[in-house]
Amino acid sequence: MVAELIKRLCAMAIVLFCVVTITFLLIRVSPGGPFDGERKIPPEIERQLLAKYKLDGSLWQQYSGYLADLVRGDLRLSTKYRNRSVNEILAQTLPVTLVLGVAAFLIAVVGGVWLGTVAAMGRRTWRDHTAMFAALAAISLPSYITGPLLILLFALTLGWLPAGGWGGVSHLILPALTLGAPAAAVIARLMRGSMVETLEMDFVRTARAKGLGETAVVYRHALRIAILPVVSYLGPLAAHLLTGSIVVETVFHIPGAGGFFVHSIMNRDGFLLGGMVIVYCLLLVAFNLLVDLAYGLLDRRIKSHA
Amino acid sequence: MLDPRVIHRVLRNPAAVISAVFLSAMALACVVVPSFMPATLGEPGPLQYAPPSWEHPFGTDLNGRDVLYRVLTGGRISLLVGICGAAVALFIGTGWGLVAGYAGGRVDAVMMRVVDVLYSVPRLIFILIAINAFNAGLQGWAASLGWEWLVGSSRIAILIVTLGVIEWLTMARIVRGQVLSLKERQFVTAARALGQSHPRIVLGHLLPNLAGIILIYLTLTIPAVIIDESFLSFLGLGIQAPQASWGSLLADGAGAINPVRSFWWLLVFPATAMASTLLALNFLGDALRDAIDTRVG
Repeated sequence: MVAELIKRLCAMAIVLFCVVTITFLLIRVSPGGPFDGERKIPPEIERQLLAKYKLDGSLWQQYSGYLADLVRGDLRLSTKYRNRSVNEILAQTLPVTLVLGVAAFLIAVVGGVWLGTVAAMGRRTWRDHTAMFAALAAISLPSYITGPLLILLFALTLGWLPAGGWGGVSHLILPALTLGAPAAAVIARLMRGSMVETLEMDFVRTARAKGLGETAVVYRHALRIAILPVVSYLGPLAAHLLTGSIVVETVFHIPGAGGFFVHSIMNRDGFLLGGMVIVYCLLLVAFNLLVDLAYGLLDRRIKSHA
Repeated sequence: MLDPRVIHRVLRNPAAVISAVFLSAMALACVVVPSFMPATLGEPGPLQYAPPSWEHPFGTDLNGRDVLYRVLTGGRISLLVGICGAAVALFIGTGWGLVAGYAGGRVDAVMMRVVDVLYSVPRLIFILIAINAFNAGLQGWAASLGWEWLVGSSRIAILIVTLGVIEWLTMARIVRGQVLSLKERQFVTAARALGQSHPRIVLGHLLPNLAGIILIYLTLTIPAVIIDESFLSFLGLGIQAPQASWGSLLADGAGAINPVRSFWWLLVFPATAMASTLLALNFLGDALRDAIDTRVG
């Protein structure tokens, strides 16, 4: 267990190192500097600016300097939002993104598991067909279609919910649904397939033979086994939600990290962009490690029971 | 290729048949119809934000351009990127899966671990950066060769390649799984006993048996690539004006609805075109998959 953990942590460090290197190179080969504006800056001032933002020296010096700063936890200064550090910007915006992400995550997991189980229990009935049609529709509708349509319907026409912004729970409902629905659909499809297989296993027959009701059989016994494929999907799911939140935040005008992401590309704000990519990847890699550990524990318990 | 029984089974599925007919109609409409419409419809005109009428069935936009014309030409680009990007993904994914599955052992373990890691990294985000990093370079290169067509569509070319580069993972997993079971079969053992070389076995014996499953995942990769492309274009980082794809049209549409006045036709028509196409592609792919793999469901 400990050896496995150390191995995984080393792999994690390698992945992060690759991410940092690729991001750095991609940003440095992008044409145009952060201080290219309409007005030409005098050379001395430009030199000073480059020195202040540590953009002078050879590519290798910049790279190794950046790595050293990263190790100390310093994501450097934003070149667009002068005098604000990337750490500061992330500290303000990332919590918003995470709240949205967690809400969508819960919708996806709870909604998806429930929908998939309902479909599997009523296999080849209207329930199954309806649930699977809904899932396919949700997968086919990306958030930049459902988001504006939901705003048009619930905010502008019916006036039930706010069209955008950030504040109370009412601001969270539409964006979390928009972000979570396609993920819920993927989980529902996974869940249905695995539940159908699980319901044919021997231990389920035993539970039924004991005289347990179908609900108890499914939710208390079969669900534990059938949920394993969903657990192994949670890692990719988190990556999906984090990427998707960029669009959802744009659509609903949410002051999260997503807006800064898009603008940092347009403004050639290299350190802000790099910092965000690195923090996103760090979050995901850490989350994946947790999921893998949880899966290992679950799987072992099941194997020792069997 | 595909077993006739499989085709028969698909043909009995009404949703699949409707999807196939719809997709052909949509593709035909996007490719052919704009050529017969007056090209001035795509040019800025005096009629701003006109609601749907006989003259402009889908209305007009901020610059007085006909929305129907824009939806159809936008569909051209979306479909082009979707199909070509999926082809790139198919190429990489099949190669990766074939090598991993056929080599087995340590090579397989490492190659599949790479796939696992890539699955959990936000790949689209790297594409966001890569497009901007490479676009100017590609344009300069194309200009130096005198390829005018590539200078104008450099972003489309980059999108096709980069999206293909991120959407091959599922294909690789599926192909590898199939190869693992196929390579134990007798015809492979026989080929090996005859002393055939590895490339010959892989290309001559394994690949033909994979054609069906590859075709199915191609139909499921196309909508994924279309969604990725429109994601980038929606954020303003993919296809750039005056060119348009469904994604950038949706961005215009989303910007045109607000509490004061909603120009709903700018949003609803591109959304319907794109959603129905994606739905039909997914339906068709699912039906094909179920027809081959009768075990599920």
